[in-house]
Amino acid sequence: MTYIAKPKFHHPGLKKNELGYTHRDYEGKISTLCAGCGHDSITASIIEACYELSIEPHRVAKISGIGCSSKTPDYFLGNSHGFNSVHGRMPSVLTGANLANRDLIYLGVSGDGDSASIGFGQFAHSIRRGVNMTYIVENNGVYGLTKGQFSATADRGSKSKKGVTNTDNAIDLAAIALQLGATFVARSFSGDKSQLVPLIAAAIGHKGASFIDVISPCIAFNNHAGSTKSFDYVREHNDAVNRLDVLVGRDPIAVDYAPGTVQVVEQHDGSKIALRKIDADYDPHDRLGAQTFLARHAAKGQIVTGLLYVDPDADDLHEHLNTVETPLNTLEADTLCPGSAVLDKINASLR
Amino acid sequence: MPDKKPISSVNDFVVRFANVNGSGSASANEMFARAILRHGVPVSPRNIFPSNIQGLPTWYEVRVTEAGHLGARGGVDMMVAMNPQTWDKDVAGIEPGGYLFYDSTKPMPSTKFRDDITVIGVPLTAITNSTYTDPRQRQLFKNIIYLGSLSALLDMDPKLIEQLIGEQYKGKEKLLSSNVHALHLGRDWALQNLKCPIGLKVKKSDKVGDRIFIEGNSAAALGAVYGGATVCAWYPITPSSSVAEAFTAHCKKYRHDPETGKAKYAIVQGEDELASIGIVIGASWNGARAFTATSGPGISLMTEFIGLSYFAEIPAVIMNIQRAGPSTGMPTRTQQCDIIACAYASHGDTKHVLLFPEDPAEAFEFAAAAFDLAERLQTTIFLMLDLDIGMNHRLCRPLKWDDARQYDRGKIMTAEMLEEGRDFGRYLDVDGDGIPYRTYPGTHPTKGSYFTRGTSRDRYARYSEEGTVYADNMQRLVRKFETAQDLVPRPLQANAERPTKYGVIYFGSTSPAMDEAIGLLEARGHQLDRLRIRAFPFHSSVASFLAEHDFVYVVEQNRDSQLRQLIVNENGIDPVRLVPIVHYDGTPITARFIAKAIGDHQDHLKVTPLRKAVS
Repeated sequence: MTYIAKPKFHHPGLKKNELGYTHRDYEGKISTLCAGCGHDSITASIIEACYELSIEPHRVAKISGIGCSSKTPDYFLGNSHGFNSVHGRMPSVLTGANLANRDLIYLGVSGDGDSASIGFGQFAHSIRRGVNMTYIVENNGVYGLTKGQFSATADRGSKSKKGVTNTDNAIDLAAIALQLGATFVARSFSGDKSQLVPLIAAAIGHKGASFIDVISPCIAFNNHAGSTKSFDYVREHNDAVNRLDVLVGRDPIAVDYAPGTVQVVEQHDGSKIALRKIDADYDPHDRLGAQTFLARHAAKGQIVTGLLYVDPDADDLHEHLNTVETPLNTLEADTLCPGSAVLDKINASLR
Repeated sequence: MPDKKPISSVNDFVVRFANVNGSGSASANEMFARAILRHGVPVSPRNIFPSNIQGLPTWYEVRVTEAGHLGARGGVDMMVAMNPQTWDKDVAGIEPGGYLFYDSTKPMPSTKFRDDITVIGVPLTAITNSTYTDPRQRQLFKNIIYLGSLSALLDMDPKLIEQLIGEQYKGKEKLLSSNVHALHLGRDWALQNLKCPIGLKVKKSDKVGDRIFIEGNSAAALGAVYGGATVCAWYPITPSSSVAEAFTAHCKKYRHDPETGKAKYAIVQGEDELASIGIVIGASWNGARAFTATSGPGISLMTEFIGLSYFAEIPAVIMNIQRAGPSTGMPTRTQQCDIIACAYASHGDTKHVLLFPEDPAEAFEFAAAAFDLAERLQTTIFLMLDLDIGMNHRLCRPLKWDDARQYDRGKIMTAEMLEEGRDFGRYLDVDGDGIPYRTYPGTHPTKGSYFTRGTSRDRYARYSEEGTVYADNMQRLVRKFETAQDLVPRPLQANAERPTKYGVIYFGSTSPAMDEAIGLLEARGHQLDRLRIRAFPFHSSVASFLAEHDFVYVVEQNRDSQLRQLIVNENGIDPVRLVPIVHYDGTPITARFIAKAIGDHQDHLKVTPLRKAVS
């Protein structure tokens, strides 16, 4: 929610993507979040992923709830329509928007308070329905905008800035997304752009409900000793299962494969994900295995990151509802209204 | 013989069926009502049912009314007492001189009857058990058997009932013939063993005309189909669920692409009312016509989103099928009790458009109009039905549609308009009517995008907490609401034969009872001008009506006279001149009630000249 307009100038030699857009075309207003906020790094990763995918910025609808994380859609994709809706209700607004026009890309941005507390139900049900979206939770384990209360993703035993110990159990949104049938589940860390950018790109390319839990330290209220969502803690306990690259029919985003550890997954939209396995035992196509893996590592205090699960053949809510290919918002009376002759017949059947 | 003369009436009486819910009686009872319609005699049926699936008492009341009075009458002339649980109360409710129809298989002690009514016993269980062995068949056909007996007792034409059975079981020959057989079992038994007909008779007439017989919820759902709704999100709640169910059924018939078989609609059963309205707002923001149907508790849950719709100016259609509140209240009883809750729903300064259809025909028209209004005004439109209209079959004029009619999509700025260089400010009032232009997401690569938010912003949708900027926007919203006054359905006025200083205001499902009450009041010498309000914001003619009358009765079905409060509040009028007439026990308001309440007040107002009094 910035007052400051960003200057449009840019270096004439700035690299352009396939559509001729520069990085700057994917930016938004200047962030008003605290300097060093993890959320701003996620914003940068979203910009990077959209640039790399050569998405037309205005074909993205960015929808959020309420909170620090939900303010961020104002800071990227300035030519996209954004909707900063109601606390915890991003998933339903996104679902409705998606039903109205299946041709846009839907990016849902939410926080841990927004998705794990007040909006836990909507988070769950949008995932269950298989809404075609990329659902990013910017997870800092704390209510930042109201100054430092614990959120539902704060680990039991972690300490608040004021020294209070959290006694409630934590909700692991990625684990729950897996259980609810999300067809793309990942976790990453805002400070690890090289992991996060390809994950976001792959999630956008995925048809179905994609969920990414991004641990994003709150430098104002949750970056102290005793927090389990601080930069230091996450760096120390991060256990990446894989690294991935997204190939969209042009130069691969990154190279550097270790032979024998690469697995290529082709998605519905034709994009390919090249997975560089770090943990040899990890199979991202095994939902049950992923759930066990997460639980086992959580017990050891490790934060598993990477692509946890993907079903490349997933379908979405529109397929479940068998809706027409034409976006519903373009249909007019000529195709929607059955007309007076039909009404006369209906009248006759009611006598 | 009863010690009161049996009621004798042709085409003007009330039959009430007392049943146990889940016993399959509903379809037989409905067939009874339809059969009378086929005689050309208007009926007004009402379901009185519990919030339960099986085992609790349920009633079905049919008012046979050649005069066409479609409101509830009050009182029962003939009770078809099929439920031992409610026997005592049912028998006590019969008008003196009325009739009691019951299953006489088991003998009843004489203390269970009354001396001033005619008791008609038919051994229904015995007849059923001697014919059928399957328990479910016994239960279902027993209902058709009593229908047969009633047809003989009320002098109905059995051919017309057979015709109805034929239509209902078209193509299912076995069911058709067994139902006709059951009908005649009951009819023949009555003809052979009882004095037929009784004092109540159905005689063929021609008073139904081309009218149709439809439930308000189904008509409203059809209005949504005709009005171009493509997204429906809902959460089950009595008495609104049948709106979404009817919308689903209508869409399955009329909204599939003939070539691909694909659906030109999307219906989602939300996880709650919050999700339902969220989906509606998301879809409407993205340019689809979307609606939800709910009842009072759902409205309470939706209020935060309704405020967003008002402030961020996103169209939404909410069909509120009102039931008795507060809290869970009486979920299966009718009231008009959400007027204030909807008119001012949500925190902060808000006002919303309400439409008040009087019957299914208007429910159809107003439902279709609601989508035009929502997109024109970019705000929430409430279609205020109630259980009485929504869940009962009502005789009403046929539904009409003009094929030349196009949808009013409101002020949409297109890519072409943006290319022409038109100034786009999402909250900029370019026409002076308070309504700004909007763009659909994805319209143009570089122009016309904006950030939608529930926070304050300036005319170009830029975040602002400046007091003047905020006030400017709030004032524009007032202007927009004033614009709405002339777009919503206007009140309808009907004046008394002679000029009078008394008026009455009413709305929604009160209509038929009010029309009938006017006749009763005229017979008592009271002349009243009538104004039926059909929408909020109130048209200027409401203020004129108030100015032209010394006293105006406001008739409504809630405790706190909510419409009256709204009128007083919005018109700054002296409340003393608005006399509340309220009926709120959960049963539909009756003409008898209105006529008595207004009549008593009128008598009280009459001043007897002093000279006359002393002479």
